[in-house]
Amino acid sequence: MTGEANYTGGVISRFTGHPALTRFAWGVAGVGILATLWFLAGVWLESNSSTASFAAFGLIPTLEAIPELLAAGKLQAASAASGYRLGLGLLIAIVIGVPIGIVMGRVKWFQEYSNSAFQFLRMISPLSWMPLAVLVFATWNGSIIFLIAIASVWPVMFATAAGLAKIDPNWFKVARNLGATPLQMLSNVIMPAIAFDVFSGIRLALGVAWIVLVPAEYLGVTSGLGYAIEDARETLTYNHLTALVLTIGVIGYVLDSILVVLINRYSWQRGGA
Amino acid sequence: MAIRGTNIKIEGLTHRYRSRSGVTFNRVDLESPQGEALAIIGRSGCGKSTLLHIVAGLLKASEGSIKLDGNPIDGPSPKWVMMFQAPHLFPWMTVKQNVGVGLTFGNWSRATIDSRVDEAIRLVELQDFAQSNVQDLSGGQQQRVALARSLVMEPELLLLDEPFSALDAFTRSSLQHDVRAIAKRLGFNIILVTHDIDEAVIMADRAVIMAGSPGNIVHELDVDLPDPRDRGDPQVQKLRAELMDSFQEAANYNKPKAAALAG
Ligand SMILES: Nc1ncnc2c1ncn2[C@@H]1O[C@H](COP(=O)(O)OP(=O)(O)OP(=O)(O)O)[C@@H](O)[C@H]1O
Ligand SMILES: [Mg+2]
Repeated sequence: MTGEANYTGGVISRFTGHPALTRFAWGVAGVGILATLWFLAGVWLESNSSTASFAAFGLIPTLEAIPELLAAGKLQAASAASGYRLGLGLLIAIVIGVPIGIVMGRVKWFQEYSNSAFQFLRMISPLSWMPLAVLVFATWNGSIIFLIAIASVWPVMFATAAGLAKIDPNWFKVARNLGATPLQMLSNVIMPAIAFDVFSGIRLALGVAWIVLVPAEYLGVTSGLGYAIEDARETLTYNHLTALVLTIGVIGYVLDSILVVLINRYSWQRGGA
Repeated sequence: MAIRGTNIKIEGLTHRYRSRSGVTFNRVDLESPQGEALAIIGRSGCGKSTLLHIVAGLLKASEGSIKLDGNPIDGPSPKWVMMFQAPHLFPWMTVKQNVGVGLTFGNWSRATIDSRVDEAIRLVELQDFAQSNVQDLSGGQQQRVALARSLVMEPELLLLDEPFSALDAFTRSSLQHDVRAIAKRLGFNIILVTHDIDEAVIMADRAVIMAGSPGNIVHELDVDLPDPRDRGDPQVQKLRAELMDSFQEAANYNKPKAAALAG
């Protein structure tokens, strides 16, 4: 490459040549703008005598609260409790949703019988199951996990069924021809073929579950991020409240990013598909 | 890779798709000695694919039997492998993974799979693409992968259902020569189903014509030509014309004649 070509290419490719880097730079800029607005809002709250008592909502007090909460072990405990409920609820949704989704995609009559029933159940707001869950489950913990599971199962189920619909039946013929057992058909053909859709469904489910989790924890339980927020509100430690809200955002973002990585890892469709 | 062929004996093979629908073919008898490349030629819809699916063990015949070296075929097996009209590769796998997929089904050791896959990929000359995703390959290259995926099983019998009809003339011609050369070198049997008479003359040791409704074998012709076979060779053209005549005759084929032939 000549020096000249290198020069012109270098300047442009610093941003366009590395799409991941460009995206990262934009992300940092976006977060920076958000933080600045937050900071200015905090300054405004503090400078106004009528709102000065809410100054703890600002960026600086919030950032100061994080090491405090970490030192007290509160942030870890709350995240662990919420994470446990979220994880178990999602796991139940996957264990139930994926097999039913596979049957829906493979067995035509089952799809026809079940579709409207499932679509109907799906449209029921997950939180509206709350009173019922409390009656059925002995513990608050159990009810919350149930709510997470019932909120997450639909996206997982429907995404799995949609993935199956895209499977080329010839793949089964080829696999059978080469001596695949039904179990190998599942592990070597069906699962890799639908992994992308399943993870996309789990990503949607995670979003819903994360939204359901926090309000569910406002009630009954004495652990978790939702409870900690409610607790901070009652004890008027507003900077703890915002620190917890920030934590919820960060954890949700990280979990979502992990799923995006998995989705990309298992995406095999090319082009416009 | 050393593969042995097999003696194929098809007896009284009859098939109907539904118990009340008509028979697709009726009492087909066909034999093919070890190492032979046999072509079955026939018009669209006469039951060639159905016959091949039955031989592959992917479909159960209504009546009759197929035996390889005296052992009946009762399901799919690595010993008789079918190559389809389209490659039907697994798009989430590399070339190597696609070629080795049948061996992973058979729970072969990693080392065995690796060495056999490498050899099969070399046979179809795709070494440079071993790690490519199959979606990045041309149609002809994909069909080569499908061929390697079949060859890696070291089958005694390779079943080909119009395997190259979706390819352009150049690719088709070179694959026809390659498959025949590989089969002759390794010694396995081929049953090739086609409606392309050229393909039969280039690839087969013997051609049979299937016709009628229900279908049956109405004519056969030895393709006794030296290799490699060239389309322009007068001997090839002569045989081609002969086969074309029989094919046309078969097109006008009707039941009384079948009785005459049977009797
Ligand atoms: N799955 C099926 N169910 C019912 N009938 C079928 C099925 N598959 C094929 N047939 C019928 O059986 C007959 C033979 O079909 P087959 O596919 O074996 O023909 P073919 O000789 O391979 O034709 P082509 O050259 O077009 O591939 C046709 O009349 C077809 O309609
Ligand atoms: Mg056919």
